[in-house]
Amino acid sequence: MTRVTIDPITRIEGHLRIDVDVDGGRVKKAWSSGQMWRGVELILLGRDPRDAWAITQRICGVCTTVHAVTSVRAVENALQMEVPLNAQYIRNIIILAHSIHDFIVHFYHLSALDWVDVTSALKADPDKTASLAESLSNWSLNNKHEMRKTHERLKNFVNGGQLGIFTNGYWGHPAMKLSPEVNLLAVAHYLQALEVQRHANKIVSILGGKSPHIQNVAVGGVANPLATDSQAVLTVERLLAVKEHIDALNDFIKNVYMVDVAAVGAFYADWTKYGAGVTNYLSVPDIPLDTKGTKFAFPGGYIANKDLGSYKAIKTFGDEFWTKGVEEGVKHSWYDYNKGGPLHPFKGETKPNYTDFKDDGKYSWLKSPTFYGKPAQVGPLARVLNMLAADYAPAKKYATGTLDLVSTLAHTKVGLDAMHSTIGRHAARMISCAINVDLLGDQWNLLMGNIAKGDMATFNKPVFPKGEVMGVGFHEAPRGALSHWVVIDDGKIKNYQCVVPSTWNACPRNDKDEPGPYEASLLDNPIADPEKPLEVLRTIHSFDPCIACAIHLTDKENDTAVTVKAV
Amino acid sequence: MRAVVLGIGNIILSDEGVGVRAVEALGRGYRMPESVTLIDGGTSGMELLDDLSGLDLLVVLDTIVAGKVPGTVISLAGDEIPVFFRKKLSPHQIGLSDVLASLELLGALPAETLVFGVQPVSLELGMEMSPVVAERVPELVELAAAALRARGYELTPAPAGQR
Repeated sequence: MTRVTIDPITRIEGHLRIDVDVDGGRVKKAWSSGQMWRGVELILLGRDPRDAWAITQRICGVCTTVHAVTSVRAVENALQMEVPLNAQYIRNIIILAHSIHDFIVHFYHLSALDWVDVTSALKADPDKTASLAESLSNWSLNNKHEMRKTHERLKNFVNGGQLGIFTNGYWGHPAMKLSPEVNLLAVAHYLQALEVQRHANKIVSILGGKSPHIQNVAVGGVANPLATDSQAVLTVERLLAVKEHIDALNDFIKNVYMVDVAAVGAFYADWTKYGAGVTNYLSVPDIPLDTKGTKFAFPGGYIANKDLGSYKAIKTFGDEFWTKGVEEGVKHSWYDYNKGGPLHPFKGETKPNYTDFKDDGKYSWLKSPTFYGKPAQVGPLARVLNMLAADYAPAKKYATGTLDLVSTLAHTKVGLDAMHSTIGRHAARMISCAINVDLLGDQWNLLMGNIAKGDMATFNKPVFPKGEVMGVGFHEAPRGALSHWVVIDDGKIKNYQCVVPSTWNACPRNDKDEPGPYEASLLDNPIADPEKPLEVLRTIHSFDPCIACAIHLTDKENDTAVTVKAV
Repeated sequence: MRAVVLGIGNIILSDEGVGVRAVEALGRGYRMPESVTLIDGGTSGMELLDDLSGLDLLVVLDTIVAGKVPGTVISLAGDEIPVFFRKKLSPHQIGLSDVLASLELLGALPAETLVFGVQPVSLELGMEMSPVVAERVPELVELAAAALRARGYELTPAPAGQR
């Protein structure tokens, strides 16, 4: 038995440690450990609930807007408030644009290099690469000129002696299977995606007032007055600019991202057999379409044990199926509860108790959330499967299209079952991205239509009652179901808990010692070389780990970039 | 001619927020010409790519963990900068180093980068900086302002009542 420790495992926000026991070239046991303590909830105690969103968006540099929006939803839910339609649409556009940014950056810049060998791309024939690319899609930048330029740029970069951002890749690893031409094509799209992601960011900036930290969210709506002549507000002219950015994103997503994911899926078809892990899938509905937050553009719910027939919908922010199902345990986490657990988030406690890393005891700063006592996977795969179970037409269209394309490229029939896998999570993220860019266009039309009707309202003033009220806000964030739970007493925050997507997925074993989704997904993954555990990275990166919000605080002075220990 | 002053750090981790607090103070203390943009970068990463692309000057204000006496003001330039990012002297530079590496790949690195920072006392959870570090904020502001002026950017002090 070989013990492999990877710390940190992420290319972003690196505070996740993964340990695996390897025997006979396979993972036999796995541990996922959050290495930082998070206590943002403690900062919020006693504060004005109207300020919580601005503070929670500082939890994480990647997920700023998602915490801001979820926080105001929680407080609005506690006050039973309605939110003006314009405010819903503006928030929807912001979170959809943010999600698209996140999906594109995740696939191309944070995980593609687990599958793409940059050094192999140097051996490619740029003209052959262009022919291949043009046979797959009619994207305007798949031509010879572009491929030659990419090849030249990569060559200069590598010959300059500095691999820069490519330094830590496992180049030449036996698990890398793509031809030099496919690798070059992927590098070309990697560079193009760096340009394209700016369009999503621009939309967030225009509507959010500022990026990376949006300024315009408020409990009760948004703070931007509409359609006057001042520079500081949203004019029709600025809204028209948003549409151009949406169109540019749509072109790239439909003609490049969709094709690339299908190609990686087809060339790495064996990876549809690995990485399923926990197949209880939880997602929440999102993109509210009415002032009360009872109608949503897409559905969410719960599927037990990969059976789409078991789907049960979550319908509203206050839906008891949702609010009563969530608990968090700390049996394997570096916390203590006063009277044992698990505890509902409204009763949540944040009292640290650090031991050492104990394989059978406490080993993580993450708590272990459960839904009706079961571990659940959240994220794009959970979202898309719940959409399919609910007969949501856009999900059907893009899932069918994707599986058909993969089947054609792989020369074999690939069905829905392949989705329960490491590759399946990438496919689901892309499907989710295609759905979201369509919704982005829809929400833009709804906003323009509503303004044209003369509705300029963007804000309802919150009123805090005497005594105690409780609320929960959720958001189907890029990495999955995010929820904020707030208890307000006489207008001040009395308790605040954030149950974040990466806690669901990266959590340690629960009170019944059942492994969390990361841990379960690693079981039986092949490991060609324990010194270079590329396969572990593939499966973990497919979840898009970002656990700054799951946990926080660092004490790592001057340590090296990544430690891989094989014992 | 285009410059960005970027404050990075996490304002919910006490002294970690000094870069953000300093860029806010710079904005209160001076009126910037149009060619200078002040950014509260928080702990962001790739979202900053567009703003930092093709600059003539990037000034980063940050917490710097360099084993100095807490409160020491540190300035880095030239060859020291890549080392700063590679060795993770900054507790949260992971995002920013990815942005700079991507800009390098795109051939759009800032022509010049300067880093000004303070050795922290505390990175504990909290919205307030330690008094020792908070007292250094005006120094960071003046370092950034002097660097801009030395390169021809015309800053005017804000009227006292507006600071």
